[in-house]
Amino acid sequence: MPEVLKAPLVVEFPFTRSLGPVQSAFLTGLRERVVLGVKTGDGRTLVPPVEYDPVTAEEIRDLVHVGSTGTVTTWAWNPEPRRGQPLTAPFAWALVRLDGADTALLHALDAPGPDAVHTGMRVRIRWAEKRSGAITDIACFEPYDGDDAEVTVHAGEFQDPVIGIVAPARLDYTYSPGRAQSAYIHALSDRRTVGERCPSCRKVYVPPRGACPTCGVATAEQVEVGPRGTVTTYCIVNIKAKNLDIEVPYVYAHIALDGADLTLHGRIGGIPYGQVRMGLRVEPVWTEGGRYPDHYRPTGEPDADYDTYRELL
Amino acid sequence: MSKEPVAVVGIGQTKHVAARRDVSIAGLVREAAQRALDDAELTWADIDAVVIGKAPDFFEGVMMPELYLADALGAVGKPMLRVHTAGSVGGSTALVAANLVAARVHGTVLTLAFEKQSESNAMWGLSLPIPFQQPLLAGAGGFFAPHVRAYMRRSGAPDTVGSLVAYKDRRNALKNAYAHLHEHDLTLAKVQASPMLWDPIRYSETCPSSDGACAMVLTDRAGAARAPRPPAWMLGGAMRSEPTLFAGKDFVSPRAGKDCAADVYRQAGIADPRRDIDAVEMYVPFSWYEPMWLENLGFADEGEGWKLTESGVTELDGDLPVNMSGGVLSTNPIGASGMIRFAEAALQVRGQAGDHQVDGARRVLGHAYGGGSQFFSMWLVGSEPPAS
Repeated sequence: MPEVLKAPLVVEFPFTRSLGPVQSAFLTGLRERVVLGVKTGDGRTLVPPVEYDPVTAEEIRDLVHVGSTGTVTTWAWNPEPRRGQPLTAPFAWALVRLDGADTALLHALDAPGPDAVHTGMRVRIRWAEKRSGAITDIACFEPYDGDDAEVTVHAGEFQDPVIGIVAPARLDYTYSPGRAQSAYIHALSDRRTVGERCPSCRKVYVPPRGACPTCGVATAEQVEVGPRGTVTTYCIVNIKAKNLDIEVPYVYAHIALDGADLTLHGRIGGIPYGQVRMGLRVEPVWTEGGRYPDHYRPTGEPDADYDTYRELL
Repeated sequence: MSKEPVAVVGIGQTKHVAARRDVSIAGLVREAAQRALDDAELTWADIDAVVIGKAPDFFEGVMMPELYLADALGAVGKPMLRVHTAGSVGGSTALVAANLVAARVHGTVLTLAFEKQSESNAMWGLSLPIPFQQPLLAGAGGFFAPHVRAYMRRSGAPDTVGSLVAYKDRRNALKNAYAHLHEHDLTLAKVQASPMLWDPIRYSETCPSSDGACAMVLTDRAGAARAPRPPAWMLGGAMRSEPTLFAGKDFVSPRAGKDCAADVYRQAGIADPRRDIDAVEMYVPFSWYEPMWLENLGFADEGEGWKLTESGVTELDGDLPVNMSGGVLSTNPIGASGMIRFAEAALQVRGQAGDHQVDGARRVLGHAYGGGSQFFSMWLVGSEPPAS
């Protein structure tokens, strides 16, 4: 069996967050080295604050200024910090109940090792030097042996409040197209298009998925199709997509390769885009080192009759 | 034992806009939910369960947002379910909620769907750089445009039909205060002169990108009896799915859509949808999908749907009004779009659609689809409770 392909897939986006009144006050407060909690209907103080009472579901907006010192309620040692985490050296993830709060905030605790951390230990905020109104304005917590701080009511009003943040997210996957598509991609490197036939309905799937979605059975019989085919339908793309190195306008077509029972998608070239039509007969054009045909061009054959491809639309 | 009849007694929407920078996601869903409760004159304590839906998590980048939204929706200590079926999710979310009432699992259920598209970019979310695949597509428009061309070829519809739909829906939106696009100066000529994005689809024939939420309170017969305003009654509801691609897939008129509609009509005793149904809120993200779905849903024979559009039958004052609210073409918070269709259908039979009310609407269809035309959800609501 040929090698099953694998490749990294990175999904990454700078999501934006509109904060609403409570998170706006909380994050703007951090910028000003003020930690705000919110009072619930039953008199508890939640830090970090939320917009709606977890017990009554009522909107809650009464903010209080809690201490920047607190007590570790539980923790876990992180021996190998990863990209984007608050500290580069090993640290403890800690839940810290700040003085005046009834709930605990998750953050990093800078400590020389797990032996230096215990539940009930006293800690204080180490503020970041540059603060922008983000949870990272708290650089981390550090051990502290001073007094408790006072708690005061706070209007949560600041000059130039932060109303939105950018929250970059990144996921690292290892992607594999699986056995059937790997075989298809390997065949393409010999400039051959190979699908698989369903043993039950006899339809030829290109690209193959390893199973027939209609019959629900595995497919294995390989069938070479094309190289020529018929444009069944298409659109003319006039929008330049980010990260897509294709000049617009271009024709994006559904192409039924001869012998295939569903269409695959490709770009049509070698003909003015306004002259592309349904039924146009085309063949692949390869470029050196290309994994796929660069595009398809007209063969010069007469157009296919509509009835020959109407079931493939 | 027969099913419990399901009534819609509360409906709430946000004013849909391009970006709601003043609220968090929690604040956005809360606004719609509170309006639905106010409409039903109920409180959070009256709700037995919450069923929430939205499109892919990549659209905001909040994984499993339902966890964080539990307190905003009063769901603490109650069952909370998340539904996901791509663009049809707003419809299927409402149906999951309705089924909980119909099965007498819960008496009163809050259902809600949302999208805050301004927090991300849906075109990016739908075009991830999958290794070994040739990058060709430019978003949903590039996916659906070839199928529109196939419909035009199959039906022989004149090129102008898509622009008629867009112009109608945008004018209808002017009568709906919650609609996103209010294009007062739009003319048919402007629609027809707007840039061709994915030929044959023009800019003005595509949906906007919106922030918005929609919520409904569904309840049983006893709940409906206590409702302060007329309820909408569910007469039938169904979902169907099929693969994105398979040999024999009909993208112009998918089998799953036909089967889904047939199931709804059977439940509701509809013999002839064109005659028995008064209006339709259908999921039309690109204008040509109106004639395509008119055929798929059985309102016209194959190849004939465009004639209803062209002759004005689907206008607000026509014989079968379609997308009285302005539709997806005027408002598209993706995850909420299906539920807005369902809710707008319910508003019509309750007689509460305001300026876009169809006089005497007694049976109205709500329709949603999603993915690569592979998920369908629909319900038919009526002003009278089901017969049995």
